[in-house]
Amino acid sequence: MKKFSNMIRLETLKMFKNRGFGHLGGSFSIIEVLSVLYLKIMEINPENPTWSDRDYLVLSKGHAGPALYATLALKGYFNKELLLTLNDNGTSLPSHCDRLKTPGIDMTTGSLGQGISSAVGIAKALKIEGKSNFVFTIVGDGELNEGQCFEAIQFASHHQLDNLVVFVDENKIQLDGFTKDISNQRDLVKKFKAFGFHSVRVNGHDEESILKSIKIALNTKGKPSLIILDTIKGKGIEEFENIVSNHHMRFSEDDLVIINRKIAELEEVTR
Amino acid sequence: MNVKILEKPLNNSYELREVYADTLISIAKNNSKIVALEADLMGAIKMKKYLDIYPNNFINCGIMEANMVGIASGLALRGFIPFMHTFGVFATRRCFDQLFLSIGYADLNLKIIGSDAGVSAAHNGGTHMPFEDLGLMRLIPNATVIEITDWVMFQDLLKQVVNIHGIHYLRIVRKTMLQIYDEGSRFTIGEGIVLREGNDATVIATGIMIKEALEAHKMLLKEDIHISIIDLFTIKPIDQELVIKYAKKTGLIITAENHNIIGGLGSAVSKCLSESYPTKVIRIGVNERFGQVGTQDFLQKEYGLTAKDIVKAVKENL
Ligand SMILES: Cc1ncc(C[n+]2csc(CCOP(=O)(O)OP(=O)(O)O)c2C)c(N)n1
Ligand SMILES: [Mg+2]
Repeated sequence: MKKFSNMIRLETLKMFKNRGFGHLGGSFSIIEVLSVLYLKIMEINPENPTWSDRDYLVLSKGHAGPALYATLALKGYFNKELLLTLNDNGTSLPSHCDRLKTPGIDMTTGSLGQGISSAVGIAKALKIEGKSNFVFTIVGDGELNEGQCFEAIQFASHHQLDNLVVFVDENKIQLDGFTKDISNQRDLVKKFKAFGFHSVRVNGHDEESILKSIKIALNTKGKPSLIILDTIKGKGIEEFENIVSNHHMRFSEDDLVIINRKIAELEEVTR
Repeated sequence: MNVKILEKPLNNSYELREVYADTLISIAKNNSKIVALEADLMGAIKMKKYLDIYPNNFINCGIMEANMVGIASGLALRGFIPFMHTFGVFATRRCFDQLFLSIGYADLNLKIIGSDAGVSAAHNGGTHMPFEDLGLMRLIPNATVIEITDWVMFQDLLKQVVNIHGIHYLRIVRKTMLQIYDEGSRFTIGEGIVLREGNDATVIATGIMIKEALEAHKMLLKEDIHISIIDLFTIKPIDQELVIKYAKKTGLIITAENHNIIGGLGSAVSKCLSESYPTKVIRIGVNERFGQVGTQDFLQKEYGLTAKDIVKAVKENL
């Protein structure tokens, strides 16, 4: 799993380098969870991306699309070459996730707060149909400012959607600064518990812990699950980690030196 | 109105986002009732300058646009003058019912800055690209709907709207725009500005399409076709008198907007003429499409928002 995470990080970084700018911080904080989901958990069929019995992933924080695109390419949904077209004119890999453009993207997102509701809706639909597929969604900690998120979790809890796992990428930073300074979320585990969720916090960069927590979530019956991923925004490039300006970066010459060094390192460990 | 049109438009480096912070700072100097509201896009609009000087008159709500409008309504009820900024899509679509009821229907005061007009949202793509914000805002009774042409106009209108009650929607490009007007120009809300005179057709444009219209004017001159150009920056209330005058004068109207042809400038002009002086109106704008990622140049071509598209429309309909 570590290796797969490194491969995702490498491909994602190459995409950003090629484009010269992008939402680096929030892409790098969710790489381990993507790695675990796509390697060990999700029932999917890259040859048939819209297979009706698949598990779903809605990347509610749609600006982290690049990390998911890299994962999908590595899983064989499309050619790795395509990754370098990120944000090109006419591309099928836009900055924010688009279900109509990219094979493997289950829902269009980018307006924060909306994806989580769609994920809840899919979970409800599967319940109505009596199906056993699972639905996963990844929400930003800043994104949780949106009231719609809490409408979605009320609904999920009321409807006992135990086929739903909500991940919150708690990287502690949003666009304008630290989440605690803009709108303090306080203890999210307690908050979601109060809403009726099975609710835990794990190290979001430790694949084994993530895997274990997902397995427990999938076996929790009668209620939806929340897994808070305790993460570092920009994880994996020490120079960029945890700085507010890593949300959307336009790379300077100095940045590129760092990026090139990191790419070489990642190439070494994924060989 | 006391507007001076530059003989040669200027490529100015003064970004509109800087104009916003600078102007609000100067307004707040003499007005303790100003409150600037943001929804986690303060960085994008460079409002830190303002925050540093007026921390008590600044609220970064977080990513909660609908709630931000509600907060603004409460501030307005206590006599504050809320200025609220976010990307145009989030400033209108994401919180439309709140704008409609808590501000519009309740007759409260709110100044809205919607940034990243149309294709200027570029690499943020379809979710962030407003082609319908003007249309939505026009639907709110008594709202004033404006698309800013350049920094000179933005600065002047920010100062003016402070003193006028009600909803003002100011649509801007966040970075630089071609400077059309000389510094110190004074604009009158509701009055269009004639930028060029010609008898063959009239191009009515707003925002980034002014630049394209001026370009088209030059291209057409070479073919001995003479067009008038009107900057109709106030889309609502529309300058009916001026539109009718130029319909009479040239017999053909082309509207050009960085917006859906439904709801915005083209619709407003068509409505005004169909009722009062039926004239052929050709609408240039986005036609039944969503946004997408790309450079602004690419997107202007993709959606038919270039000088060439204007030239073509004029020639085909003369
Ligand atoms: C409704 C809405 N408002 C504003 C934005 C602009 N925006 C994009 S990302 C972002 C910050 C997101 O913070 P967070 O959810 O913590 O994401 P992460 O830290 O994981 O990148 C903002 C404000 C948006 N995409 N959608
Ligand atoms: Mg965050």
